[in-house]
Amino acid sequence: MTMFKKAVLALSVFGALSLGATEVEVLHWWTSGGEAKSVAALKTMLEKHGYKWKDFSVAGGNGSNAMTVLKSRVISGNPPTAAQIKGPSIQEWAALGKAANLDSVAKANNWDSVIPEVFAKQMKYHEHWVAVPVNVHRINWMWVNPSVFKKANAKIPKTWDEFKIAAKKIKAAGFIPVAQGGQPWQEATLFETIVLGVGGADFYKKAFVDLDMNALGSDTMKKAFDILKMVKSYTDSNAPGRDWNLATAMVYKGKAAMQFMGDWAKGEFKVAGKKIGTDYIAVDAPQTAGSYIYNIDSFVMFKQKDPAKTEAQKVLAKLILSDKFQIIFNTRKGSVPVKIGVPKDKFDSIAIKSMNDMVAASKAGTLVPSMAHQMAVPDAIRGAIFDVVTNFYNSKMSSTDAVKALVSAVKNEM
Amino acid sequence: MKSKLKYFEDSIPKFIVSPTFLIMITFTYGFIIWNFVLSLTNSRLLPVYTFVGFKQYIKLFSDDKWWIALQNLFIFSLLFISTCIVFGLLLAIFIDQKVRFEGIFRTIYLYPMALSFIATGTVWQWMLNPGLGLEKFVKEMGFTDFTFNWIVDPKMAIYTIVIAAIWQSTGFVMILLLAGLRGINSEVVNAAKIDGASMPKIYWKIIIPQLRPVFFSSIIILLHIAIKTFDLVIVMTKGGPGYSTILPSIFMYQNSFARNQLAYGASSAMIMLLFVMIFVVPYLYNELRSKNEYSN
Amino acid sequence: MNILIKDKTLNIFVRILIYTLLIMCALYFLIPIFVMVITSLKDIYEIKNGNILALPEHITFQPWIEAWSEARIGSNANGIKPYFINSIFITVPSVLISSVIGAFNGYVFAKWKFKGSELFFSFLLFGTFIPFQVILLPMSQTLGTFGLTENVAGLIIVHIIYGLPFTTLFFRNFYVSIPTELINSAKIDGAGFLKIFLKILLPVSLPIFMVCIIWQMTQIWNEFLFGVTFADASTQPVTVALNNLINATSSVKKYNVDMAAAMIAVAPTLIAYIVSGKYFVKGLMAGAVK
Repeated sequence: MTMFKKAVLALSVFGALSLGATEVEVLHWWTSGGEAKSVAALKTMLEKHGYKWKDFSVAGGNGSNAMTVLKSRVISGNPPTAAQIKGPSIQEWAALGKAANLDSVAKANNWDSVIPEVFAKQMKYHEHWVAVPVNVHRINWMWVNPSVFKKANAKIPKTWDEFKIAAKKIKAAGFIPVAQGGQPWQEATLFETIVLGVGGADFYKKAFVDLDMNALGSDTMKKAFDILKMVKSYTDSNAPGRDWNLATAMVYKGKAAMQFMGDWAKGEFKVAGKKIGTDYIAVDAPQTAGSYIYNIDSFVMFKQKDPAKTEAQKVLAKLILSDKFQIIFNTRKGSVPVKIGVPKDKFDSIAIKSMNDMVAASKAGTLVPSMAHQMAVPDAIRGAIFDVVTNFYNSKMSSTDAVKALVSAVKNEM
Repeated sequence: MKSKLKYFEDSIPKFIVSPTFLIMITFTYGFIIWNFVLSLTNSRLLPVYTFVGFKQYIKLFSDDKWWIALQNLFIFSLLFISTCIVFGLLLAIFIDQKVRFEGIFRTIYLYPMALSFIATGTVWQWMLNPGLGLEKFVKEMGFTDFTFNWIVDPKMAIYTIVIAAIWQSTGFVMILLLAGLRGINSEVVNAAKIDGASMPKIYWKIIIPQLRPVFFSSIIILLHIAIKTFDLVIVMTKGGPGYSTILPSIFMYQNSFARNQLAYGASSAMIMLLFVMIFVVPYLYNELRSKNEYSN
Repeated sequence: MNILIKDKTLNIFVRILIYTLLIMCALYFLIPIFVMVITSLKDIYEIKNGNILALPEHITFQPWIEAWSEARIGSNANGIKPYFINSIFITVPSVLISSVIGAFNGYVFAKWKFKGSELFFSFLLFGTFIPFQVILLPMSQTLGTFGLTENVAGLIIVHIIYGLPFTTLFFRNFYVSIPTELINSAKIDGAGFLKIFLKILLPVSLPIFMVCIIWQMTQIWNEFLFGVTFADASTQPVTVALNNLINATSSVKKYNVDMAAAMIAVAPTLIAYIVSGKYFVKGLMAGAVK
């Protein structure tokens, strides 16, 4: 056969194969950096099974743009095959009857035994698996530049009282004690970390999961607001509007001593070439040792008419929870596997501590969902809490008024 | 025979605009009605037609954030529209003075309109941030007392939005007014000059009144831009610090899509439209009426 | 029109004042794009450690190459090139079709008024104030019913629909300034609707077509909300890609690539504005918005 004929044959075979391959359209907002690379890895894995991956990525607002598009697509009768949906929203979509049932995959792969119960509950609707978790982020980390502490002759704090002492010393030495960004979600992240430290895991659950009015209006909550204001006094005045990664830069550049941020901050340190232990360390945020605020990314499979697509969804779900993908994804992103028992050799010391803490907290009942990152309450309530926290943070509102506002804001949305 | 032909002839124009008519009825006013119906329901994630009367509107007007959004829109629109028009007029008058390099100046003032804020918003945010941009620059030049930290001040942040918005739209107003200036009949102006009137007076009494139709178009276009302002705020301040720079368009988007409160968001959209109606309709009516008197 | 001031020294003083003011204003307008350009030519180390207004120490075009064909956006690392091409497929038909329909509409509203046409026109104008977020869901439902969700046609139709009020406005105002006597004498000569349009109005319409095309092009090429909602994965326009690049959450930001991508994305509209500035003014002078 001539080269030309060979080429035509190859092309037509390729064309036929790809024409025949079932398309799996995946909506997500991991549009760049390490996360996007991991998505690319998942794509390759899926395509090895003979499917075609149609990438539908929409950045912005930490998923809010993607959610807008998702709603439009569902309402037009053309939902994507899978969509990145997290937390209580999973239940809301399932309640509308849009989510596909993943029980068969769950059973075949023993999900109930390898995924902590707290997580599994959120992935289920009426006892049926409707979503597959991808990873676990830990929120209550404090990122520290040890040399700044040394220079200021301060001790890395384990309680909020110790924090006050250390921050004073650091400020006096000419450094910025806390690097903070200036967006509502960052303020809320800081706030929930404080609430966990001040009130403990049970209080946190009562307030942010059960939405108990007594907890929300309590003196403990007032104390949390007090501490939030106190922490703010140790940040710099240019914080408003600042992106979280620029705040991380302040820490690794040696301008600031601490940042309260989830484990994705590790990625910034890594890219800047910093070494764990010497340039930076991660410790439990004050008074939160033994507790774990989690943030899980997950995919919901949307009910499809085409049985081939339904099969593809099951394969995708299985692949997401495979050890191979869990390792690829989590070593890049800074999070840890959502599955217990994944080999630890590729992870660094911070990740390993996180994995161990996760298991321990699960056993102790101190594994709590993040309010700030859409794990604990529906988005309307989360939004209302955000409004109170960000307003308090950026104004002269008193803690007593903030607590009152919090109670009425949440009540309004119930 | 003749009347049949005339009837046919008269129907052609109506026939030509009928597609646009149908499109307008369905896709603009039809959707407005759909939105109104939605605002009377309890819809959260997706439209669900359980009716709850005006509950959403009551909730809306007891929402502190909504009042701030309305206030911001008012301040923003007023400053944005008036500054663009005055600034644009001045630039147009200056450029009209047989300036060399007119083409270059014109392009420099006009090009911002070609850019979207997804591209330029980040730059504006940097420039207005005290630690990164203008304040840092001037301080490094030696003026250590200089502060320009509006963008991090909840009370002043809205004015930074105005600054960026003016940057984008003034050029367009300038060009409209420049074209208008050039279309003015020079005989009247010359007559006034002969009568001994000073230039500023000529501008004020003769030229500017004749630009009225151009002002009309400019205000409509600028108001339109002001109400639709969304990307600019999202990229520059995300509505902050806190929610001090939030606008109704952002409020609606956040509630409808990010907070799964579809009906609530719909109610805010209806109120936005209501306000526009109150301000725009009388203005439109007035101008179109006087235009008819002009052209007849 | 120019100021004829009798006193020569006052004249020179005024002219210097005018030039100074014009140049100062020019700086205000130019700084953002200056920052964009120099940021796109710096390497990432310089950006993270330097001043935003400082010129690059080492000029590198790598960010531009990366932005065009290598940048990772989602699971594909092909840069913004594919999205750029999508934008062309979306913008060109939308601009042309909405302009043509606008021309016919403007012609009717200006020269063939009928009972209720002024009212219709006002309603049309008022309709442009509807916040676009409002129409996202009902439009999705409508497009879905007609099966237009998986190709570029749906997005084009949406752009045409919401561009009609402005194109109509531009043409109507332009045609209003054409003397009605011309039309009337042509009518007496027996010319009909279409003939008058083709023989009298169309030949002088080039400036207003330019205004219309430039306006529509800016609106549609830079448009994000419709582009992200009504396009599916393979038809997303360049604004969506740009947003994905710049607004990615929780990942390392490459500001130089972001700026390079932004410059590439705005290049077509920018070039259109610069090249056709003359026509723009001519078109407006001829009464586009009187």
